Amino acid sequence: MRILTSSVGRKILMSITGQLLIIFVLIHLIGNSTIFFGPNGINAYAKHLHDLPPLVWAFRLFMLAAVSVHICYGVMLTLENKAANPGAYAVKRNLKKSFASENMIWTGVLLAGFIIYHLLQFTVHGTPDIVVGLDAANRVDVFKMVVTSFGHGLISVTYMAAMVMLFLHLSHGIPSFLQTMGWNNEKTIPVYATGGKVISAILMVAYISIPAVILAGLLKL
Amino acid sequence: MNLTLHVWRQNGAKAPGKLEQYEAKNVSPDQSFLEMLDEVNEQLIKNGKEPIVFDHDCREGICGMCSQVINGVPHGGQERTTVCQLHMRSFSDGDTIYIEPWRALAFPILKDLIVDRSNLEKIMQAGGYTSCHTGGVADGNAILVPQPAAEYAMDAAECIGCGACVAACPNGSAMLYTSAKVAQLAVLPQGQAEAAQRVCDMTDAAQAAGFGNCSNHYECQAACPKGVSVKFIAKLNREYQKALFK
Repeated sequence: MRILTSSVGRKILMSITGQLLIIFVLIHLIGNSTIFFGPNGINAYAKHLHDLPPLVWAFRLFMLAAVSVHICYGVMLTLENKAANPGAYAVKRNLKKSFASENMIWTGVLLAGFIIYHLLQFTVHGTPDIVVGLDAANRVDVFKMVVTSFGHGLISVTYMAAMVMLFLHLSHGIPSFLQTMGWNNEKTIPVYATGGKVISAILMVAYISIPAVILAGLLKL
Repeated sequence: MNLTLHVWRQNGAKAPGKLEQYEAKNVSPDQSFLEMLDEVNEQLIKNGKEPIVFDHDCREGICGMCSQVINGVPHGGQERTTVCQLHMRSFSDGDTIYIEPWRALAFPILKDLIVDRSNLEKIMQAGGYTSCHTGGVADGNAILVPQPAAEYAMDAAECIGCGACVAACPNGSAMLYTSAKVAQLAVLPQGQAEAAQRVCDMTDAAQAAGFGNCSNHYECQAACPKGVSVKFIAKLNREYQKALFK
């Protein structure tokens, strides 16, 4: 299987899995934003989502596979690239590469850590801040759980910092996946560079708005 | 003008190297960078010292031999300029200049500023050609080439194979070089027959030679003395995807 071992093939796999993760980030944001409609918004959304367990588990396994491929090849390619460049210049001036492009592995590692924490917290309910209960309509009270947890300043700040990592990762990731798929030409290169930053910034602000609004007391129990 | 040079000196492939300091006195602003080094070497020879070893050939900016990282940028950082076309007027009196060889795993240092770039040739040998029966000289327009394709191929063919893209790349990747060769032939009618095999063989050869993987930093395009665009890497990626289904 050429695609699994070659330089360009593995890059294409990074790109495709990256696109799947970006689609997930978009859908997850739309789902999360139901919190702004109060308990009847996000609790109903969560109930609909979990009413079909086989579908939920199929989706979870699919995302786990995508994120695993993305992480494995990301680490493998980074190690190979470090080895290919002894990096021994006494003086090196970079003309183009950005903080985001240079630190993809580190923003990626931090995001992976954040995903584990996020799943432990809101999916497994394994962190001490979690309040699990049922609402008036006998649904799992996701609204109460999220608002209580984000009421802790440190938790909210952790989420906000993670979204800054997401911004950095995607501001290089979005133009990069377009280039890797070959959906690029001389005219679109600068458009994608700017577009990638703008879309990443919108996603970051939108995600941060949830803990920010709760922390500001605008969304409360 | 008077300049202080810090030059990488290494007495052989296995020998340890280090930066050594030299003074370049009375440098004319009209001299090229290589001519300045020639004069420094004359002084070194007069003083019974080993001259600085560096690659050069045409001194017209077209052969791709001169290969020095000057103050941290391959070819010195003047846009679309090789070292031989870089003039001393772009420096100021009293400047300190760091001169180093290309650094990448696939470019082992042979001596001082000279590296072995034969790994680029291995990529070319893997597929940078078209196979055809030679015979009598063919008519000029026997194979029609659309003008946009000809222009595109010529833009890719501007690559002089100097290796600045590899030297600039944080991953030591030769993807810009490889993509220029793949794209040049992929748009021409003569290159169609072997297009799928070519892109696979050339990228495999780059990987086997120890060049890194492209991660879209675009340092290569910024450092390229011929301004070869990373749009050719996008083209290579398209060609590669087509090849996966053949």
